[in-house]
Formats: sequence, structure tokens, C-alpha cells
Amino acid sequence: MDGTENNILIHKTFHIEGGNFQNAGLISDQVKKILKEAGLPKKVIRRTSIATFEAEMNVICYAQRGNLSLFITPNFLKVVVEDEGHGIPDINLAMSDGYSTADEKIREWGFGAGMGLPNIRRNTDEMVLTSKFREGTHLEFIIYLDRQENMLPFE
Amino acid sequence: MTLKEVKETTNAEVISGDHDLKKEIKCAFAAELLSDVLALSQEGALLITGFTHPQVVYAADAANLCAILFVRGRWPNEATQQLAIQKKIPLLSTSYMMFETCGLLYEYGLKTCALKTENGRDGK
Repeated sequence: MDGTENNILIHKTFHIEGGNFQNAGLISDQVKKILKEAGLPKKVIRRTSIATFEAEMNVICYAQRGNLSLFITPNFLKVVVEDEGHGIPDINLAMSDGYSTADEKIREWGFGAGMGLPNIRRNTDEMVLTSKFREGTHLEFIIYLDRQENMLPFE
Repeated sequence: MTLKEVKETTNAEVISGDHDLKKEIKCAFAAELLSDVLALSQEGALLITGFTHPQVVYAADAANLCAILFVRGRWPNEATQQLAIQKKIPLLSTSYMMFETCGLLYEYGLKTCALKTENGRDGK
């Protein structure tokens, strides 16, 4: 997705345990803390926090385990989420608003409205999603740090 | 309107964040799904919900919401309260139902932060 791997200022990887709803939100909270400490613009922090929260929930809801890695470079930040789990049989369908395969437990925790992946797309500048059914899912997204629209304090 | 006016209008109890009652509330958003909070709410909004797990605080913090008002007398557990204190997000609880709570605040002059959805889901 990019050719500037040598310019990484911050790199951190977090483990996510599938099915652990009690801890949901913890990883995105830690990511938010890192972005705040790095002094990134408020809008970048909000967009990243929302996209990361959605990605974290997807692993908790649909995978056995996963890793979420954050990379910050001078020009962009990238988040890579890899999981071992259900996988997605039809990515186009999963990317459409309102489509969900969530069960009752997921809904009980306030998720599973079929809005996660479309919401990640809305809050990021680049997004790549690949998946092998019954094996796992690989998600990457980028938010540019040098774009004017990301510098505004409010949407 | 201020958070103090929200409290008085809905006859709410302040669970935590007593010192933040002067906070100005620009708009409000009501939801029972955290998916909706993450997808449709706007920065600075008051969240009106019956959902009391700690995840509601994480979602509100991720979306930069300014306070949470629980409806139907819902009262969050200690973990949720502690997290809210840490995140500096005031928590209130009203005995009114969701519809009544929203109606009282709307009548007082508080406006929505997302009027309609486009294409079924996308709030703008």
C-alpha cells in the first residue's frame, strides 16, 4: 500500500482475543492514547479511534484471535489487523451498509448492525480488505496526516 | 444548553462529573447500538442511551462525545463509572423513557446532531 516503510516513527502491535467482549474498546483506547501523545490533529485521532474500535470489534465478534498493528510515519498512519477466524465469504456484501451475520450475543453488546466495515471505509483515506473464508481476514487502512481536510478540528 | 439544564429538564441524577455541569451541549444523539454511536454521532454531542456497559464510554470517547445520559433509570456499574471519570465524560441518569427524554430536551431547544441518514445508513 505504500513505499515508505523506512520512515516509521512509531510501531506498536496489540493482541486481540476473540470473543472477549468484556475488554472490547481497550485496544482502540490504547491506540488513541498513542495518537494523542504523538500530538496528531484532533480529527485524525477521532477518525482513527472510530475505525480502530470497529476493527477491534470485528476481531472480537468473528475471530478466535487477531493482531492490530499501528504504524505512524511523517505523512500517514496505517493500521493493519490480521485475524484467524470465520473470514468473510463475500466481501462486497460485507461492505454494504446494514449487512450483518451477527448473532444475538454480538447484538447484546451493542454491535452487529452491519455498519462496521462501511464505517471504517468512511473514516479512512485508503482501505484494503482481503479474506479467506474459514481462515481469517486481513484489513489495512491509512489516514493521511498531511491532508488539509484532516487538519480541521471539527468535521 | 448546558449539562445542568439537561439535568434539570430531564430531572436526572448526576452519577459522575458533577463539576462539569457548565459544559455546553451543542447537540444530542440517541441510540441503543454502539454501532450507531460510532457511525452516526457527531463530535461534542450528548449521548442518550440505555446501554450501560463500559463499552459505551469507550465508544463515546472514541467519537469525542461530551456526556452520556442514561434513560429508564439505568445505572452503570462501577467499572463504567470509573472509566467515565478517567475519560472525563460526565454520566447522568433519568427515570424517563427514551422517547420522553428526547422529547423534553428537544422541546427545550436541544437539536439533533444527525437529521437523516443517506442510503439507509450513512448519517450526515
